[in-house]
Order: sequence, then structure tokens, then C-alpha cells
Amino acid sequence: MLNKYPMWKNLMVIIIISIGAFYAIPNLFGEDHAVQVVATRGAEVSASTMSTVNEVLKSKGIAVKRSELENGQLLVRVNNGEEQLLAKEAISDALGDKYTVALNLAPATPEWLEAMGGSPMKLGLDLRGGVHFLMEVDMGEAIRKMTEAKVADFRTDLRAEKIRYAGIRNGAKGIEIKFRDAETLTKAENFLKSRSNDMVFQDKTVGDDYVLVANPSEAYLKQIKEEALQQNITTLRNRVNELGVAEPVVQRQGAERIIVELPGVQDTARAKEILSATASIEFHMVDEKADVQAAMSGRVPAGSELYQRRTGGPVVLKKAVMLTGDHIQGAQPSFDEYSRPQVAINLDAKGGSIFSNVTKDNIGKPMATLFIEYKDTGEKNADGSVKMKKIEEVISVATIQARLGRNFVITGLEHAEAQNLALLLRAGALIAPVYIVEERTIGPSLGKENIDNGMQAMIWGMAVVLIFMLVYYRGFGLIANLALTANLVMVVGVMSMIPGAVLTLPGIAGMVLTVGMAVDGNVLIYERIREELRNGRSVQQAIHEGYGNAFSTIADANITTFMTALILFAVGTGAVKGFAVTLMIGIATSMFTCIVGTRSIVNAIWGGKRVKKLSI
Amino acid sequence: MLQVLNVKGTVNFLRHALPISILSAVLVLGSIVTLATKGINWGLDFTGGTVVELEFSKPADLNAIRTNLSSESVAGALVQNFGSSRDVLIRLPVKDDFKSEDQVNDVMAAVTQLDSAVIQKRVEFVGPQVGKELAEQGGLAVLVALICILIYVSFRFEWRLALGSVAALAHDVIVTLGVFSLLQLEFDLTVLAGLLTVVGYSLNDTIVVFDRIRENFLKLRKSLPEEVVNISITQTMSRTIITTGTTLVVVVALFLKGGTMIHGFATALLMGIFVGTFSSIYVASFLAIKLGINREHMMPVEIEKEGADQDTLMP
Repeated sequence: MLNKYPMWKNLMVIIIISIGAFYAIPNLFGEDHAVQVVATRGAEVSASTMSTVNEVLKSKGIAVKRSELENGQLLVRVNNGEEQLLAKEAISDALGDKYTVALNLAPATPEWLEAMGGSPMKLGLDLRGGVHFLMEVDMGEAIRKMTEAKVADFRTDLRAEKIRYAGIRNGAKGIEIKFRDAETLTKAENFLKSRSNDMVFQDKTVGDDYVLVANPSEAYLKQIKEEALQQNITTLRNRVNELGVAEPVVQRQGAERIIVELPGVQDTARAKEILSATASIEFHMVDEKADVQAAMSGRVPAGSELYQRRTGGPVVLKKAVMLTGDHIQGAQPSFDEYSRPQVAINLDAKGGSIFSNVTKDNIGKPMATLFIEYKDTGEKNADGSVKMKKIEEVISVATIQARLGRNFVITGLEHAEAQNLALLLRAGALIAPVYIVEERTIGPSLGKENIDNGMQAMIWGMAVVLIFMLVYYRGFGLIANLALTANLVMVVGVMSMIPGAVLTLPGIAGMVLTVGMAVDGNVLIYERIREELRNGRSVQQAIHEGYGNAFSTIADANITTFMTALILFAVGTGAVKGFAVTLMIGIATSMFTCIVGTRSIVNAIWGGKRVKKLSI
Repeated sequence: MLQVLNVKGTVNFLRHALPISILSAVLVLGSIVTLATKGINWGLDFTGGTVVELEFSKPADLNAIRTNLSSESVAGALVQNFGSSRDVLIRLPVKDDFKSEDQVNDVMAAVTQLDSAVIQKRVEFVGPQVGKELAEQGGLAVLVALICILIYVSFRFEWRLALGSVAALAHDVIVTLGVFSLLQLEFDLTVLAGLLTVVGYSLNDTIVVFDRIRENFLKLRKSLPEEVVNISITQTMSRTIITTGTTLVVVVALFLKGGTMIHGFATALLMGIFVGTFSSIYVASFLAIKLGINREHMMPVEIEKEGADQDTLMP
């Protein structure tokens, strides 16, 4: 019989639309005011932290709506903004500085819904306010660091193998190793080749200069860049956590860039300072034999280097690094017995054993802490990238009193510096400097305004379209309107279901546009049915032909639009991507609702019956 | 039964095709000339620089802001209203020795002298190299979109129709760009998104007509392609009017209610919908006829394709 859907097809339509609607529900609940507690390194958020927090809040008379412990962070929901502020204060007082306590807005999705994977759509920065940074990793610096390490490796390797070289340097063309004769060069080349297969060696002998040039291979170069990017992302993520931001985004973009989004953050200056600061420390022995005056006039002993103290005055340090900041596991600012600021440091196991060995041999001798920082000079290189300046300062020189282990303190800092250094050390050092190439700050009021505007546009557009369809197509118009509404609900549902999908202002525009364009499928079908009726077909035939003939048109038309959306998604960034995502989802759901969805209603009402006249 | 278009028989759309295509060609040429001479008013996304959006507590005096800015040594600032008289947008060019933060601080120092209750609503800074990359990517996106469509339509229909549709799309993109250039409207990322949506929308329209043309070539057994095209356009006309109407309604809603940040997007779509609807008839179909499309071109592809499609449709 014509126009009868089998039961399973009707069921499928109902199930698919219900699933879409179900996952759209969490968007109705809004958000709770919440306080988020994250542990900084060395501490842990546990069940006992949770009970402490709950008790503190109880004693302050603040009602806790719900508190959850998830992924090592604690989220305490309270009733309103006022209590939220009080709660934050009370919690940070009670927990101390090992924890970061931040204000947050948590989706107020009921627990049972959350348990089934329901969560509201994630809003883009343009809808909730905050800071967006696009950062670029200075790959030149990452590569330079690697080659520097290779120079040291080559030096020790060649020495150990007793191959005499005349000189080794990190030149413009790569690592250049000079030899006195061709024979040694060949020997060295064979030896080094066997040891480091990630480098490419070239014999660049000209006249009496026997030079071997080493450069990283393409694959190794790629690996270095990849590692630099990954490591920097990890470090930035740690630092963002230190800022205590709720739901931050730290994402790679392309081969050299990182996106950082901090919703709700307004103090961009501090965010920037912490994100882009590349600081680390190194420990060196002071070269006591060196003559500082002579060093200042340029005669620095081999193996030593002249540095400036932060407090002023020069000091000569040995080049050899006793320990680098990589081994630092924790760092806390505190005060010594004379209430001078200091940073208490604890090292990882390997760092601890290295440090205990070197300090054991140097008791009674002065050791210096060198603070290294990369700063934006405000100038630019020829290629438009930001010129970074390496700043090295000796922040403290202290006599090693005893063998030091995994825990010790650094003194000689200002209070604020101690705070910042501790933070930076805890968060880990950036492997290569990063600089900000794009920055956007959206005020929270503007975000709200954007949502309101988008919603208004949607309501107006939708209302006019619904009324028109009803008036123009009557019964079938009502069905189209049902499909349109189901379509919108499904777009919201799918957007909420996909973890990576973010609703942005252009995304709302995409939804609005879907409303206008989704009508097209229905119009195509209905106009076909009308045409068939005019041509004198029976009602059942007209419905059947109408849907059948319109199908390939709808498919072709939508596939091409989908293609443009896909291209937009591939090349676009941020907000444009958001638009593309909503458009793609909208196309898929509108095809489903207008082809299968309306058909099942039409079939249920008119299918397989004797119908004289259609309400179309 | 309500009907937007009540015609008996076939409207001879193609009778006016020649003068209208000449008009189209003039529009395209005019747009190219405007683009070449006036260029496009590239937005921040493409040029790099800093934008500060401010909300004053009372209607802002733009001239006073400009004077204050120049005394604060913020050179080359563009000051304009944005949405309402209280909302002001300030655009600062990229400076070689810049520090975006200093620029913003200078701006804030200048405007707080005029209104201490001014609110900083939005600050955006885009480095020049990012902007350049985006412009390249954007142009590439449009190009890739056109090529993909050319391939898809050639595969699904016929190369003459594919060329017709791509010509129509290029026409729409160029004319829309031309209007942006002529009126010196700001071209930012959302406008690019709008432009690509126009491509999608206009193509939607073209495909609907083409689908009918293909069908009618097979069904009607008429020999004159002009006749077939006229019949097809007439048959799809009421659908075109309704869909264009509803889409236009929502885009107008976006334009009026959507807020200033997507004004460019809505503007591009608004123009694109007009141009796109018109081009699917007078550029796409007409070009396909001029390229010599006829019944035989539809036959071989048709039998396999349509047959394969139909099977799945039968319940």
C-alpha cells in the first residue's frame, strides 16, 4: 500500500528525535554559582579536603547545594553570587596557599541527567566573556637549544674517543667541527655518524680547513618542533591551572601555534605575564679564582662567564651547570627567620642525587642561582616575529653550608618576585619562548548582549517563518513547523552531545540560518505534491511522487552546501569554525526531519486511506 | 490553496536573458573595477592591529575622543560609532615598535578624561602575520569551495552545468565583494563566513533548477533546450520565491536584531541571497545553454544515476 511506513521506521524517527531532544534538555537548567578548588603541585584534593571545605562552609552558615570531587578538583555549588564570594574567601582562608580557589559557573544539570552524559552546550568566549590568546612558539630558539646540547655531546664524545679536534662551534650553517687533517675528520665523521643517526653530517673541507658540519635531519627537526609544541602546551596548561580559571582551553593550532582561552578572566595583564614568561633557574658555582676587574674588561677565564647580580655588581660564574630547573618539582614562597622572602624548592629524585653529589664536593664554596628569563623587547625581526631578549641575572650567591638534598631554599628575592618565581618554577619552564600574536578580550556584559541579540533574531525569524508556513500550507504547514522545531531542538541536542562543539555568536547565526534554509526541503516536497495534484494525480500518488521526486534535489542541494561548510570548518578558526559546525549539523538534521520526519507524520495521517482533498 | 505564483503555461524567462546577462557582465566588470581601484576595507582579522570597543555612560563626542587620542600620541586611530551613540569603536593600526597593551592603556587614559564611567567592552589585537595568513586562507577557502563544487556537479550532472553553476557562484562572490568595496564596508572573518554561505545558498538554488532541467530533458522529450529551461524555471519558481522569502526574513531578523558583531555577516548574506537567486537563472542556466547543453548530454549519466537513486526510494 502506498504511503505507509513500517512500524520500525516510525519508531526510528521517534527514537532519533527523542535522543536529540533529551540531550538538548540540559540547556534549560542554566548555571549554578560555584567555587572551584584545584591543588597546586605538591598538594592533593582529596575526600578529606572536601569534608574540610564542607565543614568550613557549614560553620560560616553557607548552604552547599552540591559538592563534587572530579579529576582532582573540587567543585562546590552554592545558591547565589553573594554566597559564592563568601565561600571563596572562607575556603581559601582554610586551605592556605597550596590550593587555588576560583569562582566558577557550573552547569546546573541535574545529577541523573549528567549521569547519562547530558551537559549543556559549551559557550564560546564571545558569548561569555574572557580572554583569547593565540601564541606562537619560537622554534628557532627550540632548535638552538637542541644544537647547543649537541655541541656539548660531541665535545665529550670526541674527547672520550680521543679524537682531537681543533674547534667546535654552533655556527650559522650548523654545528661546525674543525680538524687538523683529513684523516681525523674521516675518523670523527664515522664515529659520530654511528652515535647520532638523527644528525646529518657533511664534509665541508675547503683548502686547509678540514670542517665537518652537522645538522639535524628533517625528521629530527620535525620531532624537535613537535616536542617543543607539546611541552609548551603542557607547561601553559599548568600555568593556566595556577591562574585558577574555570574551564580553560589550551589547544594546539597548526604546527607552531597554541590557543589559550580563559573564560571570565578580565585581568589580562597578569594572565599575559604568567603565560608568556619563560623563566627558569640554573645553579652554577662561583669562579673564585677569576679576577672580576679583568673579566669586566673582557678577559674572562675559559670555562667561566661574567654575569650581573640583580642587586648590582658583577660576578664570574663557572659555565658548567650544576643543575637546571627541569628537576624542580615543587616551589613554595615563604619567609625565613628574619622574615625575608625566600623560595623553598624540592627536587625530583634524579635532581636530588645530582645536587647532593655536587654540593658534597663544594662545601664552603659559594654557589649562585642564575635566573633566566625571555622578555619581549617590543622590537621585531625582519620576518615580523617578535624579538625576544634573554635576560640572565644572578639572584643569589650563597655559601654551601652542608650537603644539600632534595629540599633547600633560595633567598635574595623581593616578595613579589619570590611569589612569581615559585609559581613559574612549579608550572615548569617553557622549552622555547612563546609570544602572543593575537589577543582578544570580550567583556562579560558584551557576551550576554551577544546571546540576547542572537536569541532575539532567532525568535523573530522563526516566528515569521512558522506563521507563513502555517498560512500558506495549512495542514502540511503545521507538519513542516513541527519538523522545523524538532530540527532546532536536534541541533541544540547534537551540539550539546559533541564534546568539541562550541556555540559562538556566528554559531547562533548559523542556527538562525538553518531555520530559514531548512524550510527549503519542505517547500520542495510540498510544491511537488501540489504540482502532482494539479496534474490530476490521486492524493496518494501525489504524496508518493512528491517525496520521491524531491529527494534527489534535496540531497544534491544539501550535499553541496555541506561541502562549503566543511571547507569553512577546515580553514576557519574560532568563531568561523563554530559557524561551520552548526551549519553542518543543521544540514544533517534538517535533511532528516524534512525527508523522513515529516513523511512519517504525513503517512500516519493520510497514508493508505481514501483521501479526497489534502490540506496543502 | 494559497499560491505566490499563479501562472498558466510557461514564462519565457530566457527572452530577457541576453540583456540581463549583459547587465550581469557589467555588474561583474564594475565590481572588478571597484575592487581594483577602491580595494576592500579589510577588517582587523586581516590587517592586524588593535580594536577597542567602549561603552560610554552618555552619547560620546567622537571629535573630542579624536582630539584626546592625538594628544595621547595614539596616532592613526580610527574612531567610529558602533551600534548606538554610546558605543564607540576605536581601531589602531599595527605599529612597528608596538606594544598592544601600551596602545590600549593610552586609549583608556584618553577616554577616561572625557567620561570616567566608560566601560571597556572588547579589546582585540591581531598580529600582522596572522592577518596575512588569514587573508590567504580565506581566498584559498573560496577557491577550494568552487573547485569542489565544479567536480561534484560535473560528476552528478554534466560539465556544462557545472561550469554554469561555478560561473554563477563566481559572479555572486565578485558582485558581493564589489558592493563591499563600493560602500567600503568592513570585511572581516564573519563576512568571509557569510560569503561562503552565499556560495552554499546560491548553489542550493542553482542545483534545484538544474535538477528540474535534467528531469525535464528526459521526461518532456522537447528538442529545444531553451524551452526545457524555461519550463523548469517556471516550475521551480514558486519554490524559489518561498525559500528566498523565508531565508530573507531570518537574515533580515539577524541584520536588525542580531547585534553589531554579526552585521557584516548579515549584510553579505542579504546581498548574496538577491544576487544568488538571480544568478541561478540568468547566469547558470543561460551559460549552460550557450555552452550547448541538450538532451543527449543528460541521457547516459542519467540512466545509471537515476535508476540507482530510485530503487532506494521505493518503500
